[in-house]
Amino acid sequence: MDIILGYFLYGMSLLTVGGIYALLALGLNVQWGFAGLFNAGIAGFAAIGAYTYAILTTAESKFHYGGLELPLLVGDVMAMVLAGVIAGVIGLICIRLRADYLAIATIGIAEIIKLVLKNESDITNGPRGINKIPRTWEHFSEERFYSSFPLNVINSSDSWQMFFESIARWWWQPFFAGTIILIVLFTYVLLEKLRTSPWGRMMTAIRENEMAAAAAGKDVTRRRIEAFILGALIMGLAGAFLGQHLRLIEPTQTFDPSKMTFLVWVMLIAGGSGNNKGAILGAFLIWFIWSSSELVTNGMIEILASIFDSVDISILKNRAGFIRMLFIGLLLQIILQRFPKGILPEKRPAVSGKI
Amino acid sequence: MWESFGFEFINFYFIPGLVLGCIYALGAIGITLTFGILRFANFSHGEIMMTSSYLTWEFIMIFTSLGILAHPLIGAIPASICAILLALFVDRFFYKPFRNAPTIMIVIASFGMMLIIRSMVQVIWGPNQLTFVKGIAKPNAYIRDLTASFDFMLLIPNKHFSILIGTVLIMLLFNYLLSSTKIGKGMRAVSDNPDLAKVSGIDVENIIKATWIVGGFCAAAAGVFLAMDTQFIESTMGFRMLLPMFAAAILGGIGRPFGAVAGGLIIGLAEELSAYPWLGDGPVISPGYKSGVAFSIMVLMLIIKPSGLFKGKVF
Amino acid sequence: MLQNRILAVENLVAGYGETEILHDINIEVAGHEIVSIIGPNGAGKSTVMKSILGILNINRGNIFLESKQITGVKPSDVVKLGVGYVPQTDNVFVSLTVQENLEMGAWTLRSGLENKFDEMYTLFPDLSDKRFQAAGQLSGGQRQMVAMAKALMLDAKILLLDEPTAGLSPKFRHEIFSTIQRINKSGMPILMVEQNAKQALQISHRGYVLVDGSNRHTGTGTGLSSDPEVARMFLGSRGSV
Repeated sequence: MDIILGYFLYGMSLLTVGGIYALLALGLNVQWGFAGLFNAGIAGFAAIGAYTYAILTTAESKFHYGGLELPLLVGDVMAMVLAGVIAGVIGLICIRLRADYLAIATIGIAEIIKLVLKNESDITNGPRGINKIPRTWEHFSEERFYSSFPLNVINSSDSWQMFFESIARWWWQPFFAGTIILIVLFTYVLLEKLRTSPWGRMMTAIRENEMAAAAAGKDVTRRRIEAFILGALIMGLAGAFLGQHLRLIEPTQTFDPSKMTFLVWVMLIAGGSGNNKGAILGAFLIWFIWSSSELVTNGMIEILASIFDSVDISILKNRAGFIRMLFIGLLLQIILQRFPKGILPEKRPAVSGKI
Repeated sequence: MWESFGFEFINFYFIPGLVLGCIYALGAIGITLTFGILRFANFSHGEIMMTSSYLTWEFIMIFTSLGILAHPLIGAIPASICAILLALFVDRFFYKPFRNAPTIMIVIASFGMMLIIRSMVQVIWGPNQLTFVKGIAKPNAYIRDLTASFDFMLLIPNKHFSILIGTVLIMLLFNYLLSSTKIGKGMRAVSDNPDLAKVSGIDVENIIKATWIVGGFCAAAAGVFLAMDTQFIESTMGFRMLLPMFAAAILGGIGRPFGAVAGGLIIGLAEELSAYPWLGDGPVISPGYKSGVAFSIMVLMLIIKPSGLFKGKVF
Repeated sequence: MLQNRILAVENLVAGYGETEILHDINIEVAGHEIVSIIGPNGAGKSTVMKSILGILNINRGNIFLESKQITGVKPSDVVKLGVGYVPQTDNVFVSLTVQENLEMGAWTLRSGLENKFDEMYTLFPDLSDKRFQAAGQLSGGQRQMVAMAKALMLDAKILLLDEPTAGLSPKFRHEIFSTIQRINKSGMPILMVEQNAKQALQISHRGYVLVDGSNRHTGTGTGLSSDPEVARMFLGSRGSV
């Protein structure tokens, strides 16, 4: 029974993190797949989302300002807004230039965000990070939430406390995973509507032939900034949920600029850039491969160790994470060269005569 | 004047800034050459730098185990050959397939290479810092005494001296290559106008190989100089250099190698001088934000003059 | 078939991607000839040039240099085989000096570079005292000469000029046309595409009129410029030249 429960909870966590990555991939798809904008600072936008959410919703802390104890929904929304605002500023500066410049600038922005998070420790608690970030659903079992609106209307604090003590500790996990999946689906439906809307067709036209679109009187720069902001909004939200999932965030490891950004890129390209379904599929697939590659590499190291018993496996074990990264990197190169369109290639919305 | 202002400024801010600037300049040469000739922002350039410093460390270890006490610059010779081979290998198998594809494909590929190379280094040498050169670098006594006799005391450690001289020598060599050799002129031609180069009968693939050799060599030099300066190596050092190098290349104008050198020096100096107490007692910019200086200069340049100081290309 | 044929384009069908621009083109150039291709905008004149050079995909048809098939050969090899090509725009390396430009034109030349330089400075005396100036600093007409000299550096069998006088003032235009004649007199066959049809035909031995990607008229230079229909269509409405 415990084993089944273990698998169930493992599955829930795969769904949770897979869903968060699916959101990031959908956000990137708006920027790259729809508008052809290269964002190499995905981790930065996720970090803004996570920190905004954390500072707004956590309980007061004696280590740093913030901990405003605002409702979780406010945190989610503000996470999106702030990521969007920063995207807007970057967009205004360098979206006119070719994709490479934007890539460089976004890498830079991610670095600056990291610097701010590390240095402004009055607000962000610096390298020690922010702890006890309230998770949606699970937060109800914290006293601060069940003793206040809306739960306090239904029942008294004491009976809520008894209730939460009586149910399984993991009760919130399926709800949390389900909520993220629902958000992914909602975002998907929204983006599909957008893709086939006049705005989406215009994005395709701009990406295909910028000059023709500009000549046809389209405000190319404005459309692209819109796409960049929209993608960042989604990434900000994903960041907020990543913060909730992890509960403890800090500037360097959590938002490792290369690792996270890179994984999302692999996901989108593997799934099929330009295709929202592909983005979601790629996210879950690559996350599954990434998670299971831990087992595989560890298994292989064990086998190696049993064959050559003179080898000290502790070194390899310490470095297993890098072998996985190497593997994912090679996977990207193979996909790029052999299957550049991904598993689900982009389906063009029927571009009628009008752009 | 020298006692109250110059001594501290020159020795603790200006010279370190110049040294850092030299390192950025060497790195930026490779960035601007590939950007100009292959038309893409090479994200894996910093990793070639980093790998060279690890290789140098490894060669020093090998030499030491053979009973030869080797200076880092001796270890750097075989290491830079390996770095060049690595750059050529990466181009052949990971970039060349995209020669006729949209450039962004090659940017993504180079982004991937960044991770692949770094992971490989981490697998081989582990994730922790390694000591490159032991001990505290003492100022060169001869220069100190000589300049002190003119009331102009300069404290330059030997490592800084080697880096400054080394950079000047590489620049002279590089200048000779670009202005006086056929392959160098070809590199300038392809950077100037790749389509015309093709219909002029220039062998562009050979030029591309030469570009990787020159860029790889400069990256190796930059990596070793950086390791000599900081006296330790770590797997993230290449990535840390990437942004200042891009900033230097953009500041100097894309496709302008000597612009990149100027840009590198400016960025290096700006980073170090930003810590000088220009106003009051504390540094102008908190040291924690030092690495943001390069980025700010780059963004400023992209806003006011994307073609850089020396009329580079804007794509 | 012409006597002493240097270049031949036979039944050429080509275009960009799926769009077919040239439907069935036939062009021949004999040794010592100046041949002009004229026609209205969008007739596919420059496309013919790009097809010969191998920049474009050729769907059907053949291109011969002397008796050698060069259909589908890549640009750098076409140049090595002896086709000198001067593109319409961006035809010099602006940041290189005049002499460096010439050197780039002679990339595959193994020896005799100095002699070639002298030859070019005799052919283009204007360039002689500008040899160490950046090509980007020269006037439009002088740049055009650098471009031609560059294309002649490898012992070209034929010179292809894509609108050599586009964007030049009348004075320079005249100079370029007389330079073209001078190059031709030195024994170089020339195939050019020209917008200034009138002047081009005057110096040409023969001309081709292209319309909508097909041959419309063929004739001698003077014959075509006195043809009333050609005159009405492309030479302005004032009748014959």
